[in-house]
Amino acid sequence: MEWLNAIVQGTLLGGLYALFAAGLSLIFGVMRLVNIAHGDLIILAAYLGLSVTAVLGIHPLMALLLVVPAMGLIGYALQRGILNQTLGDDLLPPLLVTFGLSVILQNGLLEIYTADPQKMDAGVLETASFDVVGLTVGVLPVLTFAMAVAVIWGLQWTFYRTSLGRAFRAVSDNQDIAQLMGLNRRHIFGLAMALALAVTAIAGILLGIRTSFDPSVGGGRLIFGFEAVIIGGLGNLWGTLAGGVILGVAQTIGAKIDPGWQVLSGHIVFLLILAVRPRGLFPRISG
Amino acid sequence: MDKTLLSMRGLNAHYNDFQALYGVDMTVAEGEVLAIIGANGAGKTTLMRSITGLLKNAAGQISYRGKDISRFRADEVASLGIAMVPEGRQLFPSLSVEENLMIGGQVGRKGPWNLTAVQKLFPILKERRNVPATALSGGQQQMVAVGRALMANPDLILFDEISLGLAPIIIKDIYDALPGIIGEGMSAMIVEQDISKALSVSSRVYCLQEGRVSLEGQSDKIARAEISRAYFGIE
Repeated sequence: MEWLNAIVQGTLLGGLYALFAAGLSLIFGVMRLVNIAHGDLIILAAYLGLSVTAVLGIHPLMALLLVVPAMGLIGYALQRGILNQTLGDDLLPPLLVTFGLSVILQNGLLEIYTADPQKMDAGVLETASFDVVGLTVGVLPVLTFAMAVAVIWGLQWTFYRTSLGRAFRAVSDNQDIAQLMGLNRRHIFGLAMALALAVTAIAGILLGIRTSFDPSVGGGRLIFGFEAVIIGGLGNLWGTLAGGVILGVAQTIGAKIDPGWQVLSGHIVFLLILAVRPRGLFPRISG
Repeated sequence: MDKTLLSMRGLNAHYNDFQALYGVDMTVAEGEVLAIIGANGAGKTTLMRSITGLLKNAAGQISYRGKDISRFRADEVASLGIAMVPEGRQLFPSLSVEENLMIGGQVGRKGPWNLTAVQKLFPILKERRNVPATALSGGQQQMVAVGRALMANPDLILFDEISLGLAPIIIKDIYDALPGIIGEGMSAMIVEQDISKALSVSSRVYCLQEGRVSLEGQSDKIARAEISRAYFGIE
């Protein structure tokens, strides 16, 4: 029963990792951009949520209504203002620029919010739980997992059922020919980044309700996000959810064996999968 | 005198240090079908890339309906009503047949062409609308590429080597369909290596040789000997 509990808790934790990863997966899929600053953008969203709840005195989940569009705008501006200039045949410039952005974000947050760990107050939601077949399950993890499924479903729907998604896929396939179809790739990339950071906003706020955070923890979230994307296979959003779940379960089972092994066992499972299936479990795109 | 739709004056084009076009002068009148012939590397595809904005030009070299479009981005040129059927078809592999057509219509120009009209022209595209575009045969893919360009309801349509890599019987089908496709009022530029095909569907012809216009004339009046001289540069 304790093992089953570990698996259930790990699965729910995987929802959060999938939220970390969904934005990464989306922007890599559309524009082959590896965003090193992704983890720090998650933390930025958490701090924005913290400020909004502190200033307006509203519940963190209500803060989503403001932070999601705010991160979307930041994403669009970031892409059009900086990142579009780095895209080209060479993969190195976007890596370097987003790495620099990561440093700037961390230090900017440090200046504004100090290094003290912060946490958002979500009231009873933080501790509420219910019993299912002998297991005690937290309401917040279940909510997080449900939101992850909803976000992945929503992204999937956007990608395969809307004209915006069609434009994303066309630009991803062949930028020149997409331009000939009247699509301005700079604008399309801006929209992709806006969508990715809107998802990041959800991830950041749920993270900030679940655990305490400080400006330095973005890097760790980035690693979990990367691992979920790679385990699931590049370009496959449902695979990203599966990758998040596998990572979450590996961590909780590792923690069950020895509390010190939580993060390590996640990395080990990631490396094992990478060794056996270098393209991830459910790859959709090559290269 | 016909109304000029597109004109190029002293068009130079470069790929980094390599110059591919040298002072090309060319005009397309409204409703006219132009053939562009020339050997490999003569600059035909470069010319297409310059017109559509995929290649950056210096100002004042290309004008469309009296407006200087030399510095326009490709998506801006597309929205003015210039569409291209690119060499090698270049369909979007992630998109289904129908989505490839739909994305051509995304520029939102009004006109006779829509999904129903294209599917009526090429019924096979309706039958196979949900398969990935690259799962079709070469000829069917070319139909998608033509349909995708038509969906934009262009005033000027550029065909870049549409017979390349296709079986002769399919090339014949496509050329037989061309007059109906181009139809009333639409202008076209047809880049083609098969000279007799190019001459048979066009009213005027330009021959390019090493980045320069080596011959210009009426498609039905031009002599074979002139063409081979302009084509190969042999005196």
